[in-house]
Amino acid sequence: MRKNWPVILLGAVLLTGLVLPLATGASPPGFYIEVLLGGLMAGVLYSLVALGFALIFKASGVFNFAQGAMVLFAALAVARLAERMPLWAAMLLALAIMVVLAWLIERLVLRPLVNQEGVALLMATLGVTYFLDGFGQTVWGSDIYSIELGIAKEPVMVLEKLFQGGILVNKEDFVAAVVAAALVLGLALFFQKTATGRALRAVADDHQAAQSVGIPLNRIWVIVWSVAGLVALVAGVIWGSKLGVQFSLSQVALKALPVVILGGFTSVTGAVIGGLIIGVGEKMAEVFLSPILVKTFDLAGGGIENWFAYVLALLFLLVRPEGLFGEKHIDRV
Amino acid sequence: MSGARRIGEVVLSVQDVSLSFGGVRALQEVSFDVREHEVRAIIGPNGAGKSSMLNVLNGVYHPQKGTIRFRGQEFADMESHRAAEMGIARTFQNIALFKGMSVLDNIMAGRNLKMRTNLLLQALRIGPALREEIEHREVVERIIDFLEIQAYRKMQVGRLPYGLQKRVDLARALAMEPSVLLLDEPMAGMNLEEKQDMCRFILDVNDQFGTTIVLIEHDMGVVMDISDRVVVLDYGRKIGDGTPDEVRGNQAVIDAYLGVKH
Repeated sequence: MRKNWPVILLGAVLLTGLVLPLATGASPPGFYIEVLLGGLMAGVLYSLVALGFALIFKASGVFNFAQGAMVLFAALAVARLAERMPLWAAMLLALAIMVVLAWLIERLVLRPLVNQEGVALLMATLGVTYFLDGFGQTVWGSDIYSIELGIAKEPVMVLEKLFQGGILVNKEDFVAAVVAAALVLGLALFFQKTATGRALRAVADDHQAAQSVGIPLNRIWVIVWSVAGLVALVAGVIWGSKLGVQFSLSQVALKALPVVILGGFTSVTGAVIGGLIIGVGEKMAEVFLSPILVKTFDLAGGGIENWFAYVLALLFLLVRPEGLFGEKHIDRV
Repeated sequence: MSGARRIGEVVLSVQDVSLSFGGVRALQEVSFDVREHEVRAIIGPNGAGKSSMLNVLNGVYHPQKGTIRFRGQEFADMESHRAAEMGIARTFQNIALFKGMSVLDNIMAGRNLKMRTNLLLQALRIGPALREEIEHREVVERIIDFLEIQAYRKMQVGRLPYGLQKRVDLARALAMEPSVLLLDEPMAGMNLEEKQDMCRFILDVNDQFGTTIVLIEHDMGVVMDISDRVVVLDYGRKIGDGTPDEVRGNQAVIDAYLGVKH
């Protein structure tokens, strides 16, 4: 416990930063809650992408660089297919495509490379990334496409009686957050409560022991990559409807990197909590910390949102490399 | 001790199995057989190839030469997954449990091959999937009672003391309802009391379920007490094979264990 003080200190600083704007009256409560909600909603989306990373890392020990490309690929598939069929059908078809993709990756990339160095596998997923980026453009085109979910994008005012000026909430954001939260909850239950989930966790813990009780590694990998594909699909649709389906979508996945560092590479819970912390943290920093910095040091402007997550991840690497919920590795010498 | 059980036909045998890692010859033309319902031990000094032999039987290692015969079928090598399907279970020398999971989940994972319902039914927890989970849970509860680990059911395996982890390892293997059980140094690192418990469990498994047992052990005393027949390996070769008494009187075995003047 004694060694935890840097973590506690870091947590205390973050928490202080979180409550300070409200406590000092620098921000009206309504506005504060608006920023908080905005952060949480962005955070849920980070969590979704991070979840894909964590799932695959846990089950196969592979750091899947291609998660972002999968998000883009899935979003492209939905956007283009939806031009020809109803949205629900497009999503189902896109899901089927992601499952086939998972199967192909297992067959062509993972299986031949099993038991190789982690670096070899990382490079392989890097290859998959560029293949998917390029192949996606070949098949679906390289323009900016849109996904219409049919939910109003205009923000609405709620709780006007409670707070002065009310709170502006974007209905689409709200639906997205609920869907993402439901997905996260569903996956957690699937992993904890079903036989297949148990087999998945078994494989994650010990490949050899799992094989000795007759759990087929290959099938488990296909399932994990399919689930990662599903997660990518949901993330892709939500981000895509917000920002438009375009190449930069795969960059969103890079935000998931600090999220998994924060939460711990092997933890599903960590991916969720990490995503929320980063989502809220960067919004708060942008809105409340940025003006202070600008005024004090006579800087040009904001942009904290772009680097906050990475600096936070760096700090975590220094004080708690295994992340909030990750497993601590103690190697015998 | 072994009088009451009927020892049957040969179920598992290896012929002329050779295995090498680069220049290291771990096993050289080793042959032996295992009969139904017997307790068969593989002993030998450090580096004799005992664990390698077990890993060949279980399909972790693939021998360069020789054949493995199991219930009339002949194989050039095994696959872990196929061995499990055919009813061969194993425990590990350096406990390979699913450390992040509870005792119950670890043992339930051993039921994996017996699960028949598909993913969708499981996910929805309806009908057959739920019934199946309950059935398997009953089997697992019997094993938990049998190995006297009721109190630790919900605990995370990584937090249990060593002796108990070994017991959970055995429980997981038993959950497969195997016909042949391979035990890799089940008593390594245990104190006297734990060793006695483990001996009792092994004999009970053999006696009550009729499970054929192949065990590797360092501790000569233990082996001689509980085994029907013993294979002795030294530097990857078989130097002795027979009942404990026969093996005890074998000059080559005595030399291997006590050293000999050259």
